[in-house]
Amino acid sequence: MTLDVTTRADFPILDRIVNGHRLVYLDSAASSQKPRAVIEAMAQYYATSHANVHRSIHTLGEEATALYEAARDRVQRFIGAASREEVVFTRGTTDGLNLVADALGRTLRPGDEILITDMEHHSNIVPWQMAARDRGVTVRSIPLAPEGRLDLEAFERLLGPRTRVLALAHVSNVLGTINPVAPLCVRARQAGAVTVVDGAQAAPHLPLDMSRLECDFYTFSSHKMLGPTGIGVLWGRRQALEALEPTRGGGEMIKEVWIDRARWNDLPWRFEPGTPPIAEAVGLMAAIEYLDKLGMERVAEHERALARQTVEVLQAIPGITVYGPPAGVDRGAVVAFSVEGLHPHDVAALLDQGGIAVRAGHHCAQPLMRTYGITGTARASFSVYSSSEDVSLLSHALAALRTQL
Amino acid sequence: MTPAARTGLYSPTIRERWRQPRFRGELPGVTAQAEDVNPLCGDRVRMMVRLRDGAVDAVRFTGDSCAICTASADVTAELSEGRLAADAARLTTEDVLAVLQADIRPTRMRCVALPVSVLHKALAP
Repeated sequence: MTLDVTTRADFPILDRIVNGHRLVYLDSAASSQKPRAVIEAMAQYYATSHANVHRSIHTLGEEATALYEAARDRVQRFIGAASREEVVFTRGTTDGLNLVADALGRTLRPGDEILITDMEHHSNIVPWQMAARDRGVTVRSIPLAPEGRLDLEAFERLLGPRTRVLALAHVSNVLGTINPVAPLCVRARQAGAVTVVDGAQAAPHLPLDMSRLECDFYTFSSHKMLGPTGIGVLWGRRQALEALEPTRGGGEMIKEVWIDRARWNDLPWRFEPGTPPIAEAVGLMAAIEYLDKLGMERVAEHERALARQTVEVLQAIPGITVYGPPAGVDRGAVVAFSVEGLHPHDVAALLDQGGIAVRAGHHCAQPLMRTYGITGTARASFSVYSSSEDVSLLSHALAALRTQL
Repeated sequence: MTPAARTGLYSPTIRERWRQPRFRGELPGVTAQAEDVNPLCGDRVRMMVRLRDGAVDAVRFTGDSCAICTASADVTAELSEGRLAADAARLTTEDVLAVLQADIRPTRMRCVALPVSVLHKALAP
């Protein structure tokens, strides 16, 4: 029995009729849908236990604090972090990357280099440009080899004594490429660089184990992994987090404050100023419980099968170009494609008429689009509820599409 | 009839202008031009204008854009040719929509608006 058979009934939104058709939601890489367990956990929290965390000396405050910190423990186990202090709640992947880039940026000196890759999302490019700006620091980028993988020889050439940071995606949000994070991070560490991994497209789809990834920082969003919007996670190796100066101040992140100075709180609260997203943490905890029950190995296997099916059926349709590596072990749950003679936005709009939701455009990866000499692509992406039938409906609609405009 | 035709997102005018735009191409003797992108999708449109005696003598556009944006650029060019430059500079998205006769949703309104705003930029003093 495929995974979607077990899960579909748990996602109320999948009952929606869109433009007269059953919703075929193939845009989970942009944001996944939510199981009833997540929606109800958040409603239950607001209905029974809401108060501010950490400083409220009353029953509700204690309950809210216990739930918020229990969510941290759940994340710690989910990603194989060595301790709960290494788990910082953020607003999402973009927020986590900005936090690290901002803090690391302050330690950089003229002549230093930041190494990224040509397949990064804008959120793993622009924060580094900001960190480099006005400091005499250069951002360099690892080009792609054929089939949408990183050019590892170029990586070796680009990595040098001036490289202070390596920042890369675990899984490309366009090509679906699963990058060999651990060996790259080992090499970067040997060269003296801090390593930062954008896990936005990996955490929802692959089993994660921070003790084996070899990176210093890893960041991801809740809303792509069945949880609510507005919360994400920054994991940092303890020594790496301790070496970072907080760049955002406020309540909660301090131990003591005087008019002219302050003393920082312990990890992880040092990086969590202000009232955190409490209900969202409760929702994320429910999402992780849901994923754990399914088992991430099974999730990965289900989505790998869907990606393989999609690549195969789309490649068989005349006029369709599929981007990224061939279906296999190093390909994640996204398939980007273009239809000859049609603009990606028109492809998405025409598919939407049949109730099929795909993403279209540059996917916040304009440097990557330029590498391929295109302005954008359409993209189908999957989650635990995606089915083989969804892919069939997509391919039938696409086969008929070119005559429609 | 296709589903899109039934709902009118891609009106006959948009289809026709997308398949065979009348004003796409380079413009010899161009006197004013501008280019811009739609940050949402990366679409790029360049509007080229040839002015003569304060009037818009000819307009052409180039770029890489969706059917709606291409059709809008084509209609924008057509509506501005032959007008006084000052009048062409007052052309609005609504003027273009009136010709397109399509049910444009809010998410695609910027596809219609881009060529109009690029024309304004080209004609700005």
